Amino acid sequence: MTAELVLQIVLTVAAALIGVGVFGALSQQSIVMIMMGLELALNGVLLAGAAAWYFLAPEVPDGQMLVVVALVVMAVEMAMGFAATIAIYRARQVDMVDMATDLRG
Amino acid sequence: MLTDVSGWTVAAVIALGGLSVATGIVVFVVDSMARATFALLASFLAVASILVALELPYLAFVTALMMTIEMAIMAVFMVMFMMNPAGLMPMTMVHNPRGSAVLGAGVFTVLTVGIWTIEWPTRRGEPPADSTVQLGEAIMGSHMLVMLVIGVALFATIIAGTVLATARGRYDRFGADLDAAAPDDPVPGGLPR
Repeated sequence: MTAELVLQIVLTVAAALIGVGVFGALSQQSIVMIMMGLELALNGVLLAGAAAWYFLAPEVPDGQMLVVVALVVMAVEMAMGFAATIAIYRARQVDMVDMATDLRG
Repeated sequence: MLTDVSGWTVAAVIALGGLSVATGIVVFVVDSMARATFALLASFLAVASILVALELPYLAFVTALMMTIEMAIMAVFMVMFMMNPAGLMPMTMVHNPRGSAVLGAGVFTVLTVGIWTIEWPTRRGEPPADSTVQLGEAIMGSHMLVMLVIGVALFATIIAGTVLATARGRYDRFGADLDAAAPDDPVPGGLPR
């Protein structure tokens, strides 16, 4: 099987992960479940970065750095998401996004 | 130039890719938050296994280790904040599922059409003998600015996370010298001081 075909298959898997993650982040009411959707989408970005490195330009480390950045974004998203969840739950016992409508226009 | 990939590698990548997507879908199907967390972990581990097939063992190890710990922490938060963490009763906590499904499918369709229609460039160079060495040299050399920014971002996250998660203490409520007559609480109530 040619390398280009394998690249397209891996990127399609990454696209599916991003699509499922977008669905989860938009459809869930629970703040923690929304974070899981975002993590799933970032999982797809991570996979796409690794595939781009291996199949397109393995002699430069840019693809690997993209994977590292995706991992860091995951960690930051997780930490800030839980901190915001704790803060809003402590202040108002809110654990679902539908209950936090302060910025609704 | 890379022309062929071995059949076993392709089969493993396709199987693991299918597993990662299937477990990703399971996350939003199961009733139990705990099961959803471990389904997400399975998806991450499948992607980490694909990274091994792509000759990135170090990043695969970091992904697997980080996500295992992260999902364990997430399971604790699930039990703390969510109703029905064990999935003992049917549960639906969604809004606008149809619109979300359309948007998710739309994102997948647009990306997939792009992936299968554009002409991909040919591969430049060969993978290094040790991809970890390549990454380490990049972090400490040509891509040091990226790591510096990441370091500052993580440090800011530590501070911001701590500030957000910390409860209002006595100094927040009564001032630096604790000499306020009444606490400065967002919601009035409680015992007078």
